[in-house]
Amino acid sequence: MSAVVAVPRRLQFAIDKLGVLIAAIATVASFLPFAAFRANRIVLGESKSIFAALPAWEATLLVLALFAAIAIALFRTPTLWRLWTSLVVLAILFIAVGHAASFLTPEGDRIARVSPGAGFWLLIFAFALLAADAIARLKLRPWTRIGALVGVAIFFAVLLGSGTLNDLSILREYFNRGDTFWREAQTHLALALGSLAAATVAGIPIGILCHRSDALRAPVLNVLNAIQTVPSIALFGLLIAPLAWVAANIPSASALGISGIGAAPAMVALFAYSLLPVVANTVVGLDNVPPAANDAAKGMGMTDRQRLLTVEFPLAFPVILTGIRIVLVQNIGLATIAALIGGGGFGVFVFQGVGQTAMDLVLLGAVPTVALAFAAAVVLDSIVEMVSPKDMRRD
Amino acid sequence: MIEIEALTKDYLDLTVVDHVSMTVEDGELAVIVGTSGSGKTTLLRMINRLIEPTSGTVKIDGQDTRSEPAFELRRRIGYAIQGHGLFPHRTVGQNIATVPELLGWDKQKTAQRVDELLNLFQLDPAEFRDRLPSELSGGQQQRVGVARALAAEPKLLLMDEPYGALDPIIRSKAQSDLLAIQKRFGTTIVLVTHDMEEAIHLGTRIAVMDKGKLLQYAPPHEIIANPATPFVAELIGTGERPFRLLSLWKVRDLVEPGPAQGEPISADASLRDAYAECLWSGREMLPVIDESGALIGRIRRDDIAHKAERPQ
Repeated sequence: MSAVVAVPRRLQFAIDKLGVLIAAIATVASFLPFAAFRANRIVLGESKSIFAALPAWEATLLVLALFAAIAIALFRTPTLWRLWTSLVVLAILFIAVGHAASFLTPEGDRIARVSPGAGFWLLIFAFALLAADAIARLKLRPWTRIGALVGVAIFFAVLLGSGTLNDLSILREYFNRGDTFWREAQTHLALALGSLAAATVAGIPIGILCHRSDALRAPVLNVLNAIQTVPSIALFGLLIAPLAWVAANIPSASALGISGIGAAPAMVALFAYSLLPVVANTVVGLDNVPPAANDAAKGMGMTDRQRLLTVEFPLAFPVILTGIRIVLVQNIGLATIAALIGGGGFGVFVFQGVGQTAMDLVLLGAVPTVALAFAAAVVLDSIVEMVSPKDMRRD
Repeated sequence: MIEIEALTKDYLDLTVVDHVSMTVEDGELAVIVGTSGSGKTTLLRMINRLIEPTSGTVKIDGQDTRSEPAFELRRRIGYAIQGHGLFPHRTVGQNIATVPELLGWDKQKTAQRVDELLNLFQLDPAEFRDRLPSELSGGQQQRVGVARALAAEPKLLLMDEPYGALDPIIRSKAQSDLLAIQKRFGTTIVLVTHDMEEAIHLGTRIAVMDKGKLLQYAPPHEIIANPATPFVAELIGTGERPFRLLSLWKVRDLVEPGPAQGEPISADASLRDAYAECLWSGREMLPVIDESGALIGRIRRDDIAHKAERPQ
């Protein structure tokens, strides 16, 4: 007993379990290459450590900041500290990698490429993990989470607008194809949101029918399950033949833009993938409506339609919305593959980049896709929480 | 008045309700009692056509229930079930307003009715109207469920094990509330339960069902005194018979002038309670007081015991 009391207070710092992992990753990452320099976009790069990639004083400040942040992650510190630490470190890392690009690129050289190295990506991963953990622990309310997302978006808009990152390879690639980028962005969103809208409009009624009719439920859900198991590239490919046939044999079809390759098969494939989550969640949502509430609704004289609209659907809505969230995030990712059959979208850059072994170009397609999927997940999770009964209870 | 004629429900080759005929007069509280699988709930649900009969007829006030669409029929009949069945996403007020809204009452009339019912069930409207069902206790939820069933002033109320999920204390309070409400509105009630004690306490008539058949339909004292079949007797419990009989009368019915010693008993207590008090306190007689607390006479243990004998 007295021995414990005698231990000085500062030595009683407890270790945070997840913090150990984060600290380990961040420590290792600090010794890995922070940036890679290449004389042109396709040659192998030279790795640059933090001290080689940045002016000495900046490198020293970055290392000190990382050291402090690792300590805060490692020990059990107030959650709010952890959140702000992770956000500040993430911001510093992005600014630093931009500076590294400018520092490493010889004056006036338009061919040299500087891209973030493995160390940078691992550091981002470690501190993103810290941020995610802190956000989960704080149990932020839905609006706060959406607000935080807007804050992050504004930060990146300012960072990109300020030109700090302009010398990074991914932005060099962007400047080479600014017009195409925004056009493909539009196509990408149109594919993901269009197929989602179609799947919602078709899937909810199908789900209601499956809920009402046991004869329909098993066959429909099994077929949709089977579609889900077809590898995406195969499904995109499989649709080429039938749609080409439709375009060739049905007069008005090609006028509507239907053809074996392009956006039509991509849309159809994404739609097919989207149906299962929407239909299955509609069925589950309706199944979970308390039987007593349904019985009471019938017993008080609601017609089937009134019961569906005023009792069953509102109660199933949070679950249906969860299905829509799954579809949106899934489709934003899957739409990348549409480029393979000429459907456009961010996948265009990914496949061009793979073809040219230009990883910077791959990133130009991949980074916005990941960012979009992440943003969609945050927004829809927040909405799901807002419409769920648990939240209604709290207000 | 409800007239049930040879009502039958078959599922494939299983007969759940078998040629049941019974009549419930206006203002009666008919209790259908039976074990699980006896067909009592099916019988109840055929009255408002939640289950369509295979054969037989139900007439309400002389009108065949099949002469109008089922949903219109149900809007005229109150319906309260075990586990209350409140809509979890709607407030207490919205829940109670369900049937008035379906019937197209104007907003003001509906709001007035909601507040009136909340007051009737001892729930302060200002406090409870805008709460969600999940914020209420079990007893409060059950009261809102019954209030909702009564919202459109139905002449007939169907109740399917309405108190099954309540603990004994809240349950007996809910039962006496129901009796008070029935007295006040003159509502005809058909209630389903598996609990003979509840049936005897509430019912003006008791229908005993077993394996789809109506074994006996009679007032409680008749059921206790002359059970129609061994099954009915078993349901009442042979050892319980005298006490069940005593529970049908009040102290008021046997009070006589004269003094007695010790703690008085209320004139509204049942003879069963009075007898229990005699045994417990070892007294031959108890002083009796009325609701104002005034002494109105005494009751004798021997008189009570006499009442517990099998009626001839």
